[in-house]
This record gives sequence, structure tokens and C-alpha cells, in this order.
Amino acid sequence: MTKFNVINTPIHNVDGIAKVTGRAVYTFDVNLPHMLHGKILRSPYPHAKILNIDTSQAEALTGVKAVVTGKDTLGVKQGIWRRYKELCDEEILARDKVRYIGEPVAAVAAVDEDTAEEALDLIEVEYEPLSAVFEPLEAIKEGAPLLHENAERNINVTRHIEWGDVDEAFKEADYVREDWFRCSSQAHVCMETHCAVADYTPEGKLTVWTSSQSHYYIKVLLSDVLGLKENDIRVISRYTGGGFGSKFELDSAQFCSSVLSMKLCRPVKIVLSREEEFMATKRRTPMFYYLRSGVKKDGTFLAKEARVFTEGGAYTAMGATALYLTGFFQSFPYIWPSYRYDGYRVYTNTAPTSAMRGFGAPQATFCAETQIDLIAEELGVDRIDIRRKNAMYAGYEVPGQATIQSCGLSECLDRVEEWIKDRGKLPPHHGIGIAAYGFMSGGIFNWFNTPYAFSSAVIQLNVDGKVDLFIGSQDMGQGSNTTMSMICAEELGVRVEDIRLHMGDTDKCPVDLGAWGSRETLMQGNAVKMAAADAKKQILEYAAAKMSPNIVYDLEIKDRWVHLIARPERGLSYFDVVKEAIRGKEGQPIVARGHYTPHRKGMISPAYSFGVQAVEAGVDPETGKVTLKNCVTAHDCGQVINPLGVQGQLEGAIAMAAGYGFTEDLPMDEGKILNPNLVDYKILRTTEMPETTVMEVETYEPEGPFGAKEAGEGLTNPTAGALANAVFQATGTSIKELPITPEKVLNALREKNKEEKK
Amino acid sequence: MEKQLLRITVNSEYHELYIKPKKLLVEILRDELGLAGTKRGCNTGACHVCTVILNGKTIKSCSVLAMQADGAEVRTVEGLASGAELTPLQKSFLDHGAYQCGFCTSGMLLSATALLAENSKPTVEQIKEGIHGNLCRCTGYNSIIRAVEAVAEGKYEEGSK
Repeated sequence: MTKFNVINTPIHNVDGIAKVTGRAVYTFDVNLPHMLHGKILRSPYPHAKILNIDTSQAEALTGVKAVVTGKDTLGVKQGIWRRYKELCDEEILARDKVRYIGEPVAAVAAVDEDTAEEALDLIEVEYEPLSAVFEPLEAIKEGAPLLHENAERNINVTRHIEWGDVDEAFKEADYVREDWFRCSSQAHVCMETHCAVADYTPEGKLTVWTSSQSHYYIKVLLSDVLGLKENDIRVISRYTGGGFGSKFELDSAQFCSSVLSMKLCRPVKIVLSREEEFMATKRRTPMFYYLRSGVKKDGTFLAKEARVFTEGGAYTAMGATALYLTGFFQSFPYIWPSYRYDGYRVYTNTAPTSAMRGFGAPQATFCAETQIDLIAEELGVDRIDIRRKNAMYAGYEVPGQATIQSCGLSECLDRVEEWIKDRGKLPPHHGIGIAAYGFMSGGIFNWFNTPYAFSSAVIQLNVDGKVDLFIGSQDMGQGSNTTMSMICAEELGVRVEDIRLHMGDTDKCPVDLGAWGSRETLMQGNAVKMAAADAKKQILEYAAAKMSPNIVYDLEIKDRWVHLIARPERGLSYFDVVKEAIRGKEGQPIVARGHYTPHRKGMISPAYSFGVQAVEAGVDPETGKVTLKNCVTAHDCGQVINPLGVQGQLEGAIAMAAGYGFTEDLPMDEGKILNPNLVDYKILRTTEMPETTVMEVETYEPEGPFGAKEAGEGLTNPTAGALANAVFQATGTSIKELPITPEKVLNALREKNKEEKK
Repeated sequence: MEKQLLRITVNSEYHELYIKPKKLLVEILRDELGLAGTKRGCNTGACHVCTVILNGKTIKSCSVLAMQADGAEVRTVEGLASGAELTPLQKSFLDHGAYQCGFCTSGMLLSATALLAENSKPTVEQIKEGIHGNLCRCTGYNSIIRAVEAVAEGKYEEGSK
């Protein structure tokens, strides 16, 4: 018998019926009375001074209600790293200079989209083009064009992580290996593009419907740039059509619609086109990676040195976090007694790079896992044994950084090893590659500078026993609404259908920092659990008074039954107890609160998930085409809350990460993205998806609600590396540049044939 | 541009509307008829998010002028369930978690509905082919394929559970 009534049972997504009947209202669907439509004019130059903007002709067009440029704004340089003013470097509507193709320079509000679009053509912008630089290794050179005055050699942020005596440890090594890797960019491709409806009223209040991962962040960032008090701004929307890291920074739709609405006192809606989405929203950070690893001949890891140059694009965005996390996760999930990381984020005249599912870790994992296979091959050590020998374990302390409290990595390795054995002999030109990974369960850092708890929840129990649960976290498809409802129901002893969930509205819900960095299950989950425990305690006080049990007995609620733990048959209906408890509180509903902020949990995260993935791929030696056959993942996410949700996250992560591995890329010419559409930018389709198998390795994470931790984002980390290793197994050649295109495979095969003939 | 008369039956309701002839079917469905369950993902016919059923065949409603649907019968996601009674495919989507953010779900359901209407016992390969054009960024498709498969296997027929 399971110890849980709700947790670890397959439960319909609480928003499922709304989604399968088309009733879910997204920002994209919001239409308000008297609403106008906005469009944004964007720079055609990668780097240019703005000499003049003439909006008069556009303003004269019938149907146009307002045109705004940077001069109509407060000119605040904003950024999500609010604690560090020098990293707040983006105005959104550029005033003096544009730094990438697609940077907004003006916005129009008109009676309909067609008129707004027509008006864009009538805005005359006089530019003075400047020389531009696109590659980080060029941009960092002396004499390269400078994007920002205060950033010498275009260096935006640097990060250094070090422990142990790296140089000494390398001297001890039997084998040292150096490699360069190149990790490409990737677009988030949310099916709902960035959009917002801003409604400013003469009372001085602004309401913004928007597709976002963190309504709280958007509210505060809008307050920074608009000069309004935080709580004169309401950010709202229950449904977000995908996020993947692209929707928790202030975007051009939110900002421009707000500026226009404040000018007109009318609602203004802006929906980015798919082309704008590709060219002018943020994207995964491309990285040049140098790795040097020293090991003993039995495969014991001794020292690793990593140096990374990231293509930052024109602004800081969340890139500073990606730079730190890639350095931290480069050491994962292994014990490196000595480690040194130096990261440089370099400004370039390209669209800013930022957060995307995995947040620097997929890049790190691709490079690290590819190199480990090369080391194992050179040493003649089994590739699973080398990983097992150096695997992190529960209780391990990453020096000065983190303590691993739960870790099922070794068991994950065992499970994948068994699967590979069972798979037996592979067809010709097939290979199975493996990659191991770890990931965080929410960040500890507070560069946003919030004075609030990282996560809060409020519960109100009504006279009919219905539970109003108010949370600040945002569900963009990852399923947190269901997860939070399940945690609440389990702790309180009711059913999921007893919960009325309130979220997606900053006027009604307490603060949560949002759905990014795999925060929600652990952080919002802890806050919900604490609130539910408080509500339960209040009910049990009344139940105890009513039942007057022997003082040594404890009471509990399970499935709406308030009872003595030792004598479960002796109890009362939850509904009756709540009704009486409220009567006893002078008719006041029972209100409970919970909150969570990590304390004394190291530098990065309170908990870490782990896993191992095996990818079986076939390589066509004639064409170089890679086909995915199987993808098997052994996965430690602590206690599974919602098995249906975890499986969905796993499969979705594979699709996205395999895309990163072999089909998706954003090639550019002089800063211009060449494939800004869904025909030329290739996300995986049904026919390219491999068979997927998930094997849960259960651990208990003491810091997580009911022992749960991250599940979903970290699963994006291993696939590209496992795929590269599968190609290595199938062909004997290692591809060190993403994505692994047929062209690269063919070139590598030709090189290998040449070498062999020598 | 002079408006033209569009006569269209959507989810068994007959409508007569005067519209600009350049209006797309998706615009009429969403903006004139208030059927916002049909989404748009790209406006270029590449993502199939806006899929609806026109005279029994799936089409991308962003790639069809509304006037091309004059006299036609259209079925959108709002026309699937009958009151509170969901279709077998909708039930199966719920049970299999065959959606996440939900933005592609309407189009996905209609593609799968049309597929099953044409071939009630498709193989997995035929299911994959049948929804090949519909892009989904969240699920990785396998849950959707399982959901369609379960319906094809008769698991959602009346009386079965």
C-alpha cells in the first residue's frame, strides 16, 4: 500500500479539460473593449547610431493612434540582474544606438494590425551604420568594435570557480586530455509567441495580460521602467503557451504595449510574429568550450580545467546566470578533486542570449560527456565504470559550492547498463551513447533583489470544505498547477478536486519568483505544503477538542477523514470538522500561510536531481544522416509527485534536447538569422522522435516537499552528449560541434578514412 | 475593399457574415465568431496549430481565405465535445497527458479526429504520419501518439473503461 493518497498517482492535469476543449484563454486570446493593436519597428542594422526618427507620416495615417520611440520612455536601462546596475543595460526601445538586428526602435498603436503594420513603413529612421562584430572570439580582441562604452574588449561578465590545487593535481595525472568544443544556439519556439495586452486607466493603474513564466518579475521590471509603483501594476494570465526560459524577462511586447497604453489610456495588444520571435527574442547561449582533464590510468578523475567564451549578444539578459551555471555544472555529476573554471561572456552584435531550459548545463554536459567517452576509449576503461568510479553520492560536498543531500546516480548507471546489456547486438551502423547529468532544484541567488520570500502560498478553507489555494508560481505547460494541487491535497488530507487553485494574477496571489531554474516543485511546493500543514493544524485543534482522544494519540487527515492515527476507524468527516471549526472562529474562514526561502544551502541550489540517459542512434554512412531509435533514461527526481507529468517532461525534454543535438541551429550572416521560420528551423516532428523509456530511481530529498526535487529541465542536459557518443560508438568519430548535422558526420567520416589510409 | 457575404456552418451552426474578402478563415473563426480555441502559431502554414476540419478534411485555417470556405462546414475544437461529454480522443488526451501548455492541442485534436474518421484502426506509423505536420514543443509527441493509439484500440468505446 502506498503511503500517499494523492502523490505518485496519475492525476489529470487540473487545467486539462480547459485545454482539450479549447476553453483555456491565453493572452493571445484576450480582447478588451476599445482595444488597439500595436506593432514594433525593429533595426535592420546589427550596429548603428540612431541619428533621427521621423514619425510624422506614420502618425498622420488614418487609424493610427500613437507612435512612440525611446524618447517617449523614461530611458531606463533595465535588466533582470537588478542588484547589479552595470548589468542593467537594455532600454528595449533604443534611443541612441542599436546593437542587433531586430532591436526595437519604435512602436505604433492603431485600430487594427494591418494599419499598425502599414504605419511601420512610414516611420523614417536615419541610422549611421557602425562596424559590427558577431563572434565572441573576435569581439574580445583588442580593437574590435565596442558595443557598450563601459565594457572593455566587450567583456560583459566573467566568472571564476575553483577548488583544490589544479596545477599540482595535473602533475599527478597519468593521462591528460584537451579538447575544444563549440555549442550552438537554439530558439525556444514557444507555440504561443510573446504577447501582451496592456490596459492603463486614468486612475493611474496598469493591468498587463501577458504570456509569462513569472508574473512577479514582469510586474517589478515594468515598475522599474515605467515609473509606476509595483502595486499599481497588475500582471495577469492563467495560461502561458510555453516558456522554456524565454518568458521571465521584460520583453518588447510587454514594454511597448505598456508605453503605448499609458500614452493613450486605451488597451493595446501586441503579439510578436513568428519571425520576430526568432530574430528578436532571446535564445540559448552559444559557447566555445575548452576542456582539459587529468585522470589516473584506472580512470579516477583528478583535475579539470574549463574555459568558456559565450556569445552574449547585445545585452546581459540572463546570460550572467548561464555563464555561472555552465561552469558549475561542468563538474557534474562527478567528483573532481580539483577544478578550475573561467568563463567570459562577450558582447556581440547579435540578438541577446539568455536562459533556455537547462540554463548552460546542456552545453556543459555535451562537452563533458563527450570528453569522458574519449578518455575512456584512450585508457581502455569501460565507459560506465569510469562514470561509476567518479560518481557523486549522497553526502558529497562540492567544495565551497554545494552539498548533495540525495543522489541516485550510481543506481541510474546500473539501470542503464542493464538496459544496454538487454538490448544486445545492434544493427550495423548503430551505436548507443550514454551521458550522465545533474541539475538544480531552483536557484539560491537573489540578483533580482527581491525583498520577499522566494515562494509563498495562502490557503483559505471555506465552510463547504473547499480549499482556495493561492500561489504565485506560473504554469506554462510544465504542470505546476497540478503538482501544487496534489501537494496541497496530500498534506491537507483532501482530494485534488477539493482544491480551487488561484494563480496567474499578481493582485490576488502571493509572490513567487516564477517558473525557471526548476524552482517550482521544491520551492513553491514547500510553501504550499507549509500552508496546508498550517491549515490542517487549525482543523485538528477543533477535531481534538471534539473527539477528546487520549493525549498520547495523534490526529491525521487522509482522504477527507479526520482520524486517530493509531485507530483510523475512529474519526470524523473532514467536511463536518471544517464547518464546525469555522463556526468556532466566529464565522471566519480558516486562513493559513506558507513560505520558502533557501537558507544555508550553499551557493547554487538546495537540491540536485541526477540521471543517466542512453541514446541509440543509427548513422547512414552514405548521407551522414543520424536517426534516433531509442532513448532510455534512468532518473532520480526524488519522490515523484505526478508520474504523468514527469513522463511528459522527460519526453518533451528529449525532443527539445535532441533538436539541440542534431537538427536545430540559428545560422547567421552578418548578424542576420537566416532561418527565422518553422520550415527552415527544424524542431523535431512525430516521425523523428525515438521510443522513450523512463526508469525512476527513487530517492528521498530531505529539503523537498515529500522528498521531491527537480524533474524536467535537467532532462534537457544529457541528450546532445548521449547523441554525440552514440555517433562515436557507431562510427568511431567524435563530433565536437553542435548540432551534429549530416555534413559534419560525413566530413568526420572522410577524415577518419583518410587517417586510416595513412 | 467591398465586403462579401460569407455563408458558413461552424460546429453545426449556420452563420451569414459580411467580411472583407482578404480575411483568413482563422481570423473569422477567432475574431468574428469568437471561437478562440483555434490558435495561430506562425501565420505561414508551417506549424498546423490553426488546424480545423473543413468538409471533413483538415486544413490550416491561416492558409485559407474565409471566402474559400463559403458554403462549407467547419469543425473546430469547440465542436468536439457535446456539452460536458468529451469525445473519446479528448478523454484519451486527458488520461495520457497528451498536452502540456495546450497551445497546439486544438489543432492536434482535430488532426487526430480527422485521421481516425478516415482510418479507425491506424498503426503507430500511420498515427505519426497523420499528425506529422502538427508541431508541439512541449510533449515530444509520444504521449499524443499513445492517446490516439488507445482510442484506435477501442479503449474509449462506450461501455469500455
